[in-house]
Amino acid sequence: MEILTILIPVSLFLGGIGLAAFFWALKRGQFDDPQGDASRILTTEYDDQPKR
Amino acid sequence: MTIAERIETGETAGGISACPACVAAPSAERLAQMAAGGDARLMLSIPTAHCAACISTVEHALQALPGVRSARVNLTMKRVSVDADPAVDAAPLIEALNGVGYEAHELDAGLLSATETDRQGRDLLMRLGVAFFSMMNVMLLSVAVWSGAGDATRDMFHWISGAIALPTVVFAGQPFFKSAWASLRVGRLGMDVPISLALILASGISLFETIHSGHHAYFDAAVMLAFFLLLGRYLDHRTRAVARSAAEELAALEVPRATVLRDGEELVVPISDLAAGELVRVRPGGRMPVDGVVVEGTSEIDRSLLTGESLPAWAGPNSVVSAGEVNLTGPLMLRVTAAGRDSSLHRMADLVAVAESAKTKYTSLAERAARAYSPLVHLLSFSAFGYWMWATGGDIRFAVNISAAVLIITCPCALGLAVPAVVTAASGKLFRKGLLIKDGTALERLAEVDTVVFDKTGTLTMGAPELTNLGDHPRQATEVALALALASGHPLAQALAQAARAAGLQPAPVTDLREVPGYGIEGQWRDQTVRLGRAGWCGAEGDLGVTATWLCTGDRQPRPFTFTDRLRPGAEAAIAGLRAEGKAIRLISGDTEGAVAALAARLGITDYTSGALPAEKAALLADLTAQGRRVLMVGDGLNDTAALAAAHVSISPASALDAARTASDIVLLGQDMAPIADATRIARQSAARIKENFGISALYNVIAVPLALVGAATPLAAALAMSLSSISVTLNALRLK
Repeated sequence: MEILTILIPVSLFLGGIGLAAFFWALKRGQFDDPQGDASRILTTEYDDQPKR
Repeated sequence: MTIAERIETGETAGGISACPACVAAPSAERLAQMAAGGDARLMLSIPTAHCAACISTVEHALQALPGVRSARVNLTMKRVSVDADPAVDAAPLIEALNGVGYEAHELDAGLLSATETDRQGRDLLMRLGVAFFSMMNVMLLSVAVWSGAGDATRDMFHWISGAIALPTVVFAGQPFFKSAWASLRVGRLGMDVPISLALILASGISLFETIHSGHHAYFDAAVMLAFFLLLGRYLDHRTRAVARSAAEELAALEVPRATVLRDGEELVVPISDLAAGELVRVRPGGRMPVDGVVVEGTSEIDRSLLTGESLPAWAGPNSVVSAGEVNLTGPLMLRVTAAGRDSSLHRMADLVAVAESAKTKYTSLAERAARAYSPLVHLLSFSAFGYWMWATGGDIRFAVNISAAVLIITCPCALGLAVPAVVTAASGKLFRKGLLIKDGTALERLAEVDTVVFDKTGTLTMGAPELTNLGDHPRQATEVALALALASGHPLAQALAQAARAAGLQPAPVTDLREVPGYGIEGQWRDQTVRLGRAGWCGAEGDLGVTATWLCTGDRQPRPFTFTDRLRPGAEAAIAGLRAEGKAIRLISGDTEGAVAALAARLGITDYTSGALPAEKAALLADLTAQGRRVLMVGDGLNDTAALAAAHVSISPASALDAARTASDIVLLGQDMAPIADATRIARQSAARIKENFGISALYNVIAVPLALVGAATPLAAALAMSLSSISVTLNALRLK
């Protein structure tokens, strides 16, 4: 059972990384236009004006 | 040049400055530079954009224009935001987009409110993310407890769960706590009161049990509750945010300023500063800012938005004009008879206010459910507490445990999702078809509709004339007419020119072109005077009963060019679709009998009214409502606004006046009218789905509540009931076709 003292903090830490990544994406406005982003990967041109 | 680059150059300049004071100078300069070349951010709505190719076409078309720095399409919201020089106006952008085949409408750059809704959405999404993270982790630990972890291990797991869940409930539950507090303060029992109570009670009791090494902790239930309810709240917010940003920010058409003549000088002043008796100048193409009498100049005026008349009316000295009418051909000088509050525009607004106050407030399905549900839940929970206090002889811990379990199990996860999930699915479907739902309950009201009332000009028709008898005239006559028509900005002349050009005709060499405001265009062709314009001016006799402009060449017989108001695409399909659904259809217009009858015959509408005044339109709507009919009103003009407000539910096209769009519940974004028939079908389906969803969540409660009442509900049972009901409700919403 001692393994739990390592595994539980590890799982929480990994989950925390996911949460931080979600916050980062949210702040950068990556959820503002899901439909547009899905379409943009299909265009052949390089998107040189990504949203700030 | 981007802002980042500009800041860099500013810093290098500052770096080489010698004195501390000089360091500040370049940055001030930089600020000035940024302000001068600052962000002129324009927002356009592009209702027909739908694919990857659309994105690049629209962006390229806009970026090719001078002064445009960048353009970015948001396909989800169907708009494009343009960064441009301050000098750039929306008109050329819209023209460029029309040129590549996209409809565009300007959105008011009321960016402040847009960022405000964005901020709220992000805030909810962030809380949702935190709740999701906690739910997953706590669930992991709870599964271990459910599958038999005992003693010290169970306590440790409970403690870890508590450490994750308590901060989460405090953070993620805030929207519920706030609104529960707000409703309690005014003495109401909203849906958020039992939610908050369940969240607090579940966390409190779990903490107590953990401290005393109890067997059951409801931390997982508390965070799961927060997650599912936040999900419902977020969906609800998103539906409303999309609608608000597009519909209510469509730029106003009313002129806020007028050119007034004071002491021989022309001044531009706000309309509110005008007084009766002052002289106001209105240029061709301008909208009348006030009610007045013409004192100088002749012209033709377009009254369609105010009265529904499709024919332009002649105006000369002593003609009476009303605010909101459009001056077409010649400059006019008006003496103000009524401005601001007293003008006909404002009287129309008053009519709308009256219609709105007369309308009974609609109680949405969700409100009705909450009204029945909240007291019931509290009653159940309290009686469970009372009963077990009595039955166990005062075991508070056990009694509180039972009443908390009842609250948690009955808590409206599924109920909170039942409406938003369906409305999101339905409005998403309708948005893709080009209909924007402005009001959350509009779909429910649309589902009940049994009568549809249409306006004519600008709604069933485009409000733009179309030449009908091009083939009846010899080529030469048409070429002369084309040459004359090209010299005018009058709608009939423009329609004639467009039709003749489309037929491949070239203008004849007509010289000395001269527009006679209010009458027509005159020129010299082969030493003859040629005229295109009003029948009387041309020497033609008689009324054809249709819109027409006349061509006369010297002494020859005048030739009429007749026009019809073009039918809106999809109008026939929409009416056929509505009729197939068994709805009664009526046409009511302010236009003349002949024009209305012709359109009604073309569309097969037997029940029509012509020459209706705005108040009559509203009265007809009120009359139909009094007969117990649920009326859908479709209209665009100022004269329809009161009727739109009085109807059970209303639709207006995006080309409608600001006031009409504000008064209506649904905005038709594209030109095509066919989606209206789909909308009523989807609305009926979604109302059915919402009711099914209520049924599903009630079913889960019927099974789980007795278990909770007798004290047999475990945290596992609560988790199962909650997640299963939420998932089945969401899946049911997605069945919408």
